[in-house]
Amino acid sequence: MIERFRHLLAIEPLSAAQIAFLLDEARPFQQMQTYPLKKLATLRGKSVVLAFFEPSTRTRISFTAAAGRLGADTLGLQAESSSLKKGESLADTIHTLEAMKPDGIVIRHSSSGAAEFVAERVRVPVINAGDGLHEHPTQALLDALTIRDRRGSLDGLAITILGDIVHSRVARSDIHLLSKFGARITLCGPAMWLPRELDTLAPGVRRTTRIDEALEGAEAVMALRVQEERLHEPGLPRDEYIRQYQLSRARLARACPGALVLHPGPMIRGLEIEPAVADGPQSCVLEQVTNGIAVRMALLYLLIGGTGSLEDLSHASA
Amino acid sequence: MLLLKNGRVVDPATRTDARLDVLIDGERIAALGPSLEVPAAELVDASGWVVAPGFIDLHCHLREPGDESSETIETGACAAARGGFTAICPMPNTRPVNDNASVTRFILDRARAASLVRVWPIGAVSAGSRGESLAEISAMKDAGIVAVSDDGHPVATAKLLRQAMEYCRSLDLPLVDHCEDSSLFAGAVMREGPRSVRLGLAGMPAATESICVARDVQIAELTGGRLHVAHLSTAESLRLVREAKRRGLGVTCEVTPHHFTLTDDDVGYDSRFKVNPPVASRQDRDALLEGLADGSVDAIATDHAPHEPARKEVEFDRAPFGMIGFETALALALEQLFHSGRIGLTRLVELFATGPARVLGIARRLAEGEPADLTLFSVDEPWTFRAHESASRSRNSPFDGREFRGAPMMTIVAGRVAFRR
Repeated sequence: MIERFRHLLAIEPLSAAQIAFLLDEARPFQQMQTYPLKKLATLRGKSVVLAFFEPSTRTRISFTAAAGRLGADTLGLQAESSSLKKGESLADTIHTLEAMKPDGIVIRHSSSGAAEFVAERVRVPVINAGDGLHEHPTQALLDALTIRDRRGSLDGLAITILGDIVHSRVARSDIHLLSKFGARITLCGPAMWLPRELDTLAPGVRRTTRIDEALEGAEAVMALRVQEERLHEPGLPRDEYIRQYQLSRARLARACPGALVLHPGPMIRGLEIEPAVADGPQSCVLEQVTNGIAVRMALLYLLIGGTGSLEDLSHASA
Repeated sequence: MLLLKNGRVVDPATRTDARLDVLIDGERIAALGPSLEVPAAELVDASGWVVAPGFIDLHCHLREPGDESSETIETGACAAARGGFTAICPMPNTRPVNDNASVTRFILDRARAASLVRVWPIGAVSAGSRGESLAEISAMKDAGIVAVSDDGHPVATAKLLRQAMEYCRSLDLPLVDHCEDSSLFAGAVMREGPRSVRLGLAGMPAATESICVARDVQIAELTGGRLHVAHLSTAESLRLVREAKRRGLGVTCEVTPHHFTLTDDDVGYDSRFKVNPPVASRQDRDALLEGLADGSVDAIATDHAPHEPARKEVEFDRAPFGMIGFETALALALEQLFHSGRIGLTRLVELFATGPARVLGIARRLAEGEPADLTLFSVDEPWTFRAHESASRSRNSPFDGREFRGAPMMTIVAGRVAFRR
């Protein structure tokens, strides 16, 4: 009997088989999102702490919806009102939350490694909803689900990720995930956000600072959010970024016909992406949002539901 | 009287490596020779042990005054004695900063009260270590400092560094610089490289250190002063120091046990591995081992930096830099340098005793009439370091649970046994 999988802290330690299993588990929940009545009683009586130490709207709402639609209660902790602001340590805050006897903890935190830090200190399952610049595993899972639905499979996908790669936890999780399925991943962005060390993250990664070259032959294109504060730190003048790296309709024409357009949100129209692309037929942005709920329901069901069907994930708790 | 029987006396200063007995009378070495017989003396069977001139740690933090929950001069001195050190040099970044003679005297008073190992304070270069104007260096020297440093930060400007080195030259004091051009990174918490990118932790490139070493070496040349590079951690910094030495400049350097043992591949989100300068790449680490072996490095220094557990047990990017190091220093040096065959015992003792003494401009040798400061150690003694058993008030060691071969067996300071294993 292998040790049971308890947490989802990162994509990196998972195998392709484990990821495929998770995506398969999400399928029924995906269908459920189209039903008029979306509530199950599967996790009735269970509660999940949403410990968001960093402001978040969409991920937080997505987890709230996912838990709610499974019948679980959510206990919230928000950055603005959190005891962290009063100087309490993360360890103390998390012990306090655990003492409220939740069945799982979802954590979002601005420090890389925070989810692992918490997982080492509590007995309940921990789901990483984004830790610093490190990983955002549920985002990568929903991206993969979206791509798989549209394309039929993830195998050998040619994908281009655009923007501030080095400061993106979404990019890291996506790179790890897609690489495990043999994807050819092209990273593109301003040189200072594209250090050569990115090549060592996973097999199949290449970098280029030239967007036209990056988009050539891409089957999927993901534009990352450009954080305004990065543009000032000192980064790149906003107009310079738009001129060089905005995903526009003209540029998208270089990709494969019908190439998928993804964006993890929140999206700043007119900066990293042209409105016509964001709203165009190739855009999967809203499907990503819906799939996010399905993926998170599957995870909560597997980790908190205690169904015993987790052996396949046993190595993922590293 | 204390008679150390049958030890292997290793002293680089006198080029001794022989089975000899050492007789200590009061605070001094009374005799040194084969088969000494002194019926009145207390006997110590040192067979199987190395008897070396007392180890000196050029770089540590004792936190007193100001942060006594992390360490006190007494607990730090006790940990130092257990690590085989007979003299330690605490950095001035206490609260208040050791930038005037009264703080220096306070430190020395507390050290005398603890009466364990010699404490040789390092004074601040600038008032409050703020990098603006010079501290009261001559007054501190008269009170007992052995060097100056704004450790924790580099000397802020080239102009201040020049003034300080010129002034210290006239006082015959070395200036110890923490070399780091912090304008090259913001909020970095580890060495920049594949590992930092993978972990999503802000990294500082290796050049952060060597840019500053290059500046310092040129100021040393300009002023003719004595520059000692603290906790040197990169191949390029070492190249600059080697080059400076070749040109006859008064430049020396130290390397810490964690920098010659760990690499950035060992770093995860465990804040016990967070230290400044950060542990380096494998190539840099290998260059340090080479420098330790070939004589380019003058001393092994611990940079013992205690932090009370609550402050260190936080998210990696929020944790303070630093690790405790007194009690594991010799064992790590034996592991990485001696048992691996890189250096012999004479060079090992040079790195811990005569090398640091030379940096401070003092003589340290095992000879009749000299102060009886001795470190006795075994190269074979098996043991496991347990941080919770440390004499330090803090527990922040990445080497907790590590198994070692070789340990300090007895630390003798001014003829008194400060530690016996």
